[in-house]
Amino acid sequence: MSSPTASLPTDRPDPVIAFRDITRIYGRGDARVRALDGVTLDIAKGDFVAIMGPSGSGKSTALNVMGCLDRPSVGQYLFKGVDVANLTRDQRALLRRHYLGFVFQGYNLLPRMTALQNVELPMIYQGKPRAERDARAIAALDKVGLVHRARHDPSQMSGGEQQRVAIARALAGGPSVVLADEPTGNLDTKRSTEIVELLQRLNREDGLTIVMVTHEEDMAEFADRVVWMVDGRVASMRKTGGGRG
Amino acid sequence: MFWETVKLAVQAILRNPMRSFLTVLGVVIGVAAVITMVTLGRGSTAQVTEDIEKLGANLLMLTPGQARFGPSANTNTARAFDERDIDTIIDQLASVETAAPTTSSSMVAVFGNVNYRTQVTGTTMNYLQTTDWAITQGRGFTRAEEDSGKQVCILGDTLRAELFGSADAVGETIRLGTLSCNVVGVLEAKGASSFGTDQDDIVIVPFRTFARRIAGTSDVRLVFIAVRDGFSTDRATDDLTALLREMRRIGPGEEDDFSIRGMEEMASMLTGITDVLTGLLSTVAAVSLLVGGIGIMNIMLVSVTERTREIGIRMAVGAQARQVLMQFLVEAVVLSGLGGVIGVVLGLAFGALGSNMLNVPFVIDPQIVLIAFAFSVLVGVVFGYFPARRAAQMDPIEALRH
Repeated sequence: MSSPTASLPTDRPDPVIAFRDITRIYGRGDARVRALDGVTLDIAKGDFVAIMGPSGSGKSTALNVMGCLDRPSVGQYLFKGVDVANLTRDQRALLRRHYLGFVFQGYNLLPRMTALQNVELPMIYQGKPRAERDARAIAALDKVGLVHRARHDPSQMSGGEQQRVAIARALAGGPSVVLADEPTGNLDTKRSTEIVELLQRLNREDGLTIVMVTHEEDMAEFADRVVWMVDGRVASMRKTGGGRG
Repeated sequence: MFWETVKLAVQAILRNPMRSFLTVLGVVIGVAAVITMVTLGRGSTAQVTEDIEKLGANLLMLTPGQARFGPSANTNTARAFDERDIDTIIDQLASVETAAPTTSSSMVAVFGNVNYRTQVTGTTMNYLQTTDWAITQGRGFTRAEEDSGKQVCILGDTLRAELFGSADAVGETIRLGTLSCNVVGVLEAKGASSFGTDQDDIVIVPFRTFARRIAGTSDVRLVFIAVRDGFSTDRATDDLTALLREMRRIGPGEEDDFSIRGMEEMASMLTGITDVLTGLLSTVAAVSLLVGGIGIMNIMLVSVTERTREIGIRMAVGAQARQVLMQFLVEAVVLSGLGGVIGVVLGLAFGALGSNMLNVPFVIDPQIVLIAFAFSVLVGVVFGYFPARRAAQMDPIEALRH
């Protein structure tokens, strides 16, 4: 089988994320699983990429490695041109703190904290002073259209609203890349479309680089391009109609 | 960042107020026990010191036999003193100001239809002189009353209040067993002694009256001796020993068949008891702190497990292992420190209450308050570390999946 080891053709220079032959192996002995098997992939600044594929194809693992939550077993991962494959735990935490934003399927907001406090969380670890945190958190909530819900608990919000707060949280730290792992997985079609449209708007208006894992074709169409994964490899790549290319 | 962590810890603790309170109960009890005991101990030590000053450090107590503990204790074979011995001591020794025979018995005092069990003490006016005890109403015994064993008595303030209330006691006649005696005076109120007994619960009759009408013997088994100003108690003790050995015909090399104790000795004995008690209760408190620490560790482990997802989220947005560790460690320390504060407050409250009940001064020892609080914080650090480390070592991906 000839896997497409060539890099994703891109019309933009300086990739933010560059996977070079990345392999991730879990377990040992007979239980060894190659979650990623020699993935090479470039994601450029300002890209909106959707990663699709069947269950167990390694799309979430790829996102975790990109997010420095996981590290590759073999291969080179260049983040903004710097090899980060062998960073320590703490160094990876710093990278996440300053350059990465996460959006999860299950929203993952902290309960018993207001929307505003949730959005401020990354900035607390960045050590930003309170006044700046407040201002930026309000701005981020404004971007997702939820300023009026700033003082509300996640438990008082709908799923769509919670996910928008989560997106605001991902934006608040001023990241280079936002990584979204099935952000619409828990939402109905109408809410899903709202969320993905929001991501698309952030990409187009603010030039935010976004990588989104999804298994919904409709949602993937909002991205500029779709990476299709099978068995830990990149099986195909294509530009979408919804993208601007 | 640090204050954010503390604020976060307080919020987490207040989220489950009941659970938090039960968790720190061990620490609270431990700290409260130490503070209470040390406060009472310091109070009674202060009381003893004050008592010695009040009695005068120049007081000696003479008893027949050797006061010993254990199987060799045998005071019965030693001959008791008699009144002539006491006269001889006063006459012969320049270092002795005065001496008073003392003998007492617990009896029921009756006036009208009031019965009250009290301590009847047979002694002489010298006793009131040695212990510096003033008469506030009426008068003391006359020499003639003492010599002839008259049926007269002087009441302590407690007994006076029990029998007469607000009425005048002087001139009335009370009955002590078969002995009717005329109240001639009332003593100044003294309050409780360091040993916790009410010193005013007493009625004093002349020694000879007691010997003839109550004891049936004129044996003296306790003599209070006041050392004359300008002489040391050691000097007086030496003089007394020499004189008594001669009077009691004790050959060289033979042991004394009497013993002389100073008030300092009595005081150090009492503080010794207090110290032993404080030590024992401190051990109990230490065990309580240990158990409290294990309780904190247990609940922190539960809390870490419950908040696995939160830990994952924090790690995802950039918290380092050290920061997660600090978050949970600070939470454990704030929890146990809070227990320490509650314990200190409770301990001081119990100390104040106990001091009041035992009639000793309320003395706050700031050093022990600080030490107890420091220990409670230490318990948080030691027992909070393991759960906090478990939180810090979580894999963010696993934690987020939780």
